[in-house]
Amino acid sequence: MSKYVGVSVPRVDGVKKVTGAAKYVGDMKWPRMLYAKCVKSPYAHAKIVSIDVSAAKALKGVHDVITGDYYTKRGGLYLEDKNFLAVNTVKFYGEPVVAVAAETPEIAEEACDLVKVEYEPLPVINNPMEGMAKDAILIHPELHTYKVVPIFHPQAHTNISHHHIIRKGDADAAFKYAEEHPDEYYITEHEYHVPHVQHTPIENHVAVAQYEPDGKCTVWASCQSPYAVRQALSATFDIPLNKMRIISPYVGGGFGAKAGTTIEGIIIPLAMHCKGRPVMMEYTREEEFVNSYLRQGVYTKIKTAVRKSDGKFLAVQNNFYWDGGAYTEYGVNIVKASGFASTGPYEFDNVKTDAYCVYTNNPVGGPYRGFGMCEIHFGIEQNIDEVAKEIGMDPIEIRRVNGLAPGKSTGTGEIMKSCGFLEALDQVAEAIEYDKPCEKPSAPNKVRGKGIAGGWKSPSQPTNAGSAAIIRMNEDGTFFLMTSGHDIGQGSDTALIQIAAEVLCCDPSKFTIRTGDTDHTPYEWQTVASRITYCAGNATKLAAEDLKEKLLDLAQIKLGYIKRELYLEDGWIINRNHPESRMPMSDLALGLAFEDGSGYGGPAIGVGTFTLPNNINYDPATGYSPKPAAFWTTAAAGAEVEIDTETGVIEVKKMVESCDPGHIVNPELYKAQVEGGMMQALGTVLFEELKLKDGKVLNKSFVDYKIPTIDNTPETFIAMGVEHPEETGPYGARGIGEPAMVPGAPAIANAIYNATGCRFTEMPITPEKMLKALQEKAAAEKK
Amino acid sequence: MKTYHVDFFVNGEEYELDVPANKTALNIIRDMLDLTGAKEGCGAGECGACAMIVDGVLINGCLMLAPEMDGKHFETVEGFADEKGNLSPVQQSFIDHAALQCGYCTPGFIVSATALLRENPHPTREEITHYMSGNLCRCTGYKRIIEAIEDAAERMNGGAK
Repeated sequence: MSKYVGVSVPRVDGVKKVTGAAKYVGDMKWPRMLYAKCVKSPYAHAKIVSIDVSAAKALKGVHDVITGDYYTKRGGLYLEDKNFLAVNTVKFYGEPVVAVAAETPEIAEEACDLVKVEYEPLPVINNPMEGMAKDAILIHPELHTYKVVPIFHPQAHTNISHHHIIRKGDADAAFKYAEEHPDEYYITEHEYHVPHVQHTPIENHVAVAQYEPDGKCTVWASCQSPYAVRQALSATFDIPLNKMRIISPYVGGGFGAKAGTTIEGIIIPLAMHCKGRPVMMEYTREEEFVNSYLRQGVYTKIKTAVRKSDGKFLAVQNNFYWDGGAYTEYGVNIVKASGFASTGPYEFDNVKTDAYCVYTNNPVGGPYRGFGMCEIHFGIEQNIDEVAKEIGMDPIEIRRVNGLAPGKSTGTGEIMKSCGFLEALDQVAEAIEYDKPCEKPSAPNKVRGKGIAGGWKSPSQPTNAGSAAIIRMNEDGTFFLMTSGHDIGQGSDTALIQIAAEVLCCDPSKFTIRTGDTDHTPYEWQTVASRITYCAGNATKLAAEDLKEKLLDLAQIKLGYIKRELYLEDGWIINRNHPESRMPMSDLALGLAFEDGSGYGGPAIGVGTFTLPNNINYDPATGYSPKPAAFWTTAAAGAEVEIDTETGVIEVKKMVESCDPGHIVNPELYKAQVEGGMMQALGTVLFEELKLKDGKVLNKSFVDYKIPTIDNTPETFIAMGVEHPEETGPYGARGIGEPAMVPGAPAIANAIYNATGCRFTEMPITPEKMLKALQEKAAAEKK
Repeated sequence: MKTYHVDFFVNGEEYELDVPANKTALNIIRDMLDLTGAKEGCGAGECGACAMIVDGVLINGCLMLAPEMDGKHFETVEGFADEKGNLSPVQQSFIDHAALQCGYCTPGFIVSATALLRENPHPTREEITHYMSGNLCRCTGYKRIIEAIEDAAERMNGGAK
C-alpha cells in the first residue's frame, strides 16, 4: 500500500513561487557583470562579404566584440553543423553575426548599431520541398564532412540532414493487393500541413558566463539539461568537463525550447576575453520568437488501405517532409521519432514510412513538447476520421478495431506489453458523450460538433541514456535528494521526493531536493522526452533503496535482529515481530556508535544509477527494433466546439483527455500537466503560427502571435487517466508531460469537421479560414 | 541619461532614489531594489508577468516610466504574506489548487487576482476570466487558476457569486 506515491502532495516549490522568492537566472546579479547583445542577420540566406567592428570596439564601455571567425569550430548535439556566430554565410533571418560585451545593455546595443556588415544575398529556401528539389542551392555544401551521431543519415550533397525509413511487412504489395480487390479494400490518400510554432515560455532565454583565470568556466543558464549543455559547450570550446560548470536554477518554462544550447555559446567566448567578469545575455521577447529554436513545420502525406467489411487497416504509407530550418539542432532526432511513431497508436501489418529532415532558410527547428508527435498526429488522427467516413464507419469503432493493445505490434515490430489506449479512448468517448447529440448551440447562427482523437509518444533518446541520484540523510533524520532531473514546471521535484519518501517511509516534508549543478548534482542525460519521472525516478528509487539497505545493515547490529525482520516507518526502524524493539533512523545518520566509543558505517548516503534497460538501436534499412524506446504513453482526447458561422470564431466548449501514465505519482499534478498539454494543443490548432516570408519572421510579439489566454479555457475541461503499470517504471510510472499534448489538436479539428463539414488540413484553424471554408461550402452546395 | 529624484513606497517601505529617465518602474524595483518577484516577460505590456498594484490600481510595471514613480505606493508579490510568513488567501489557494507550474507568471497572476478580489469580492467565472486575461501562462490549462481565485474569494469574502 503506497503512502506517498499516488498521493497529491502539494508542490514542494509552491511557497517560493507564490511569494516571488524563487530565483530565476534573470533575478540574479553578479558584481562587475557585463551585458551582451548581438548583431543579427537581416537576410535569411546571404554571404558575409565583410564585417567592420572598429567603431564598436572604440565605443567607451565596450569590453569585447567578436565575430564567427573567432571560434570557427562547429557544434551540435547530433550533427555538428552549427556555429554560434555565423561563419562566412548567414543561413536564417536573425542569425547572430557579431556579439558585444559592454558595461550596460544600452552600450552593448549602441555598439551593435556601429557594426557594419556587408552581405551578398543568396537564394532562399522556403520549405522542405524546395530544399529537396534537384537544383536546390545547398545550405550546407560541406554536409558530408560534418561529424554526426551514427544513427542519423545525412545525404551528401543534398539539403537532407536525415532520412528515416520504416519498412514493416510489404506495403507496396499490400497496396497492390488492395487495388486488385476493390470490393474488399479501400485506398485513400490525404495531405496535411503543420506550420512553425514557437514555445513562448514566459521566461525568455537568459544566461550568464564567467571565465576565471584558472580556466574554470561557469555558466548560469535557464536550461533544461545542464549536463547535455555542458557536453556540447565543452566540445565546442575545448574546455574539459571538470572545468566547465553549468548551473540551472528555477526555469520559467521550457517545453523543449531550453533543452539545447542557445546563447551560452555566444557569451562563453565573450567571457573568455573579459578577465573573469561575468557576461549576461537575455533574449528580448522578439528574440525569443526569432532566435529560440521553434517547432519545425511538416508536410505530411498519408496513404491508407483499409478493409471495408470491418475497418481493419491493411497498410499505410507515410511521407513526412520536415522543415528543419538552417541548422538541425534536435531536428534529425524529431524526424527519427516521427518515423518510429508513424503509425500512431494503431496496428498495421504493412508500413512504409519515409521521413526527411530538410535544411531550409527558416529559423532553426528544435524540440517542442511532443517532439514531432503533435505535428504528425494532426494528420494521422484526421486521416483516420476521413477513412472512417469514406467507408461509412464510426470514428471510435475504427480506432477500437485497430488500436494498440497488449500483444499487438508497432510499426517497428515491437510487441506492446502494457497499454491502456482503448480504455482511455472509451473513457473519453463516455466523458464527452460522443454517441449523443451536442448541446443546443447558444445562438441560431452557431453550430456545434464533437470530435475525438488518439495519440502516443515514446522518449526519443539515446538507447543508453542515464540518470543518477544521491540521497544524504542528515543527523536529524531529514534528507537531501540530489539529481539533475530539472523541474521546469512539470513538478518533478515533488514527484521525485514522493518516490524517495515512499521507499524510506518518511514524510515528503523531510526532504529537500537539489538539482541543476553539474559540479554537485549527479548526472542526468537531459530533462526532455517526458523521461524524468521514469528515468530520474528510477535512479531516485534505487538511491533510496541503497540508503535503506545500508541503514538496515547497521540497524540489525544495533537491534540484534536480522534485517529481514526490520522495516521503516515514519523515521523509525522497527522489528515487525517485536515492535517495541525500534530505533530512530536518525541515530544512524553518522553510522553506528558503540559503547566503547568506536563507530562504524557512517555517514548515511544512498546512490542510485539507472540506464535504460534493453533499448536497442534500429535497423537503418527497415527501422525495425523490438525495443526502440523506453516506453509508450498513449492518450485520447475529445472536444466539443461551437462555431459562429457569421464570424468564423471557434470556441472549444468542452475538452476531455485521458492518458495512460502507468501509475500516477501525484494525481493533482498529473491532472495539471495534462490540462496544460490540452491548452497548448488548443492554442496551436486555433491560433498559433510563426508567420514566415522569405525566411523572415513577421509576428514577433504576443500581440501578433496569440497564445491561449484564460478566457479560452473551455467550460468543461477534464483530465483523466487509466493506469496500466510500466514494467520498468518506478512504481509502474511512465512519462506524461508531452503525450498530454498530442491528441488535443486533431480532436478539435475533427470536432470542427463534425460541426461544419469543413475539413482543415492545415493548422491553425483561424476564424478567417473558417469563414472562407463555410462560404466555399455554401457556394458549392448552391451549385 | 538624465535622472529624476523620486520618493515612493513599495510594500509599505519608503525609498528615495535618483532614477534614469529611460528606465521603467519594473527596472527600478527589480534592479535597484532587488525585489525580483515581478518578472519581465515581454517589456511591452502583453504578458502581465510584471503586474503590480499602484495606488490601488493594477498596472504592468514595464509600462510605467521610472520618473512617474514619485509619490506612489507600489504593491508587489513580496508584500502579500504577513510578517510571520503566513501566505495570503490567494497565495495559499494557488498552492492548494496546483495552479502554478514553472512559477514565472505566478507573481503576476497573484497580484492580478489580489487586485480583482479587492475590486470585486464576489466575481463570477466570467468576471474572473475577463479580468485575468492580461496575464499569460504557458504551463497550466488556466482552469486551476480560475478555481484558485474562486476558492480565494470564498476564503476571503465568503464566496464567488
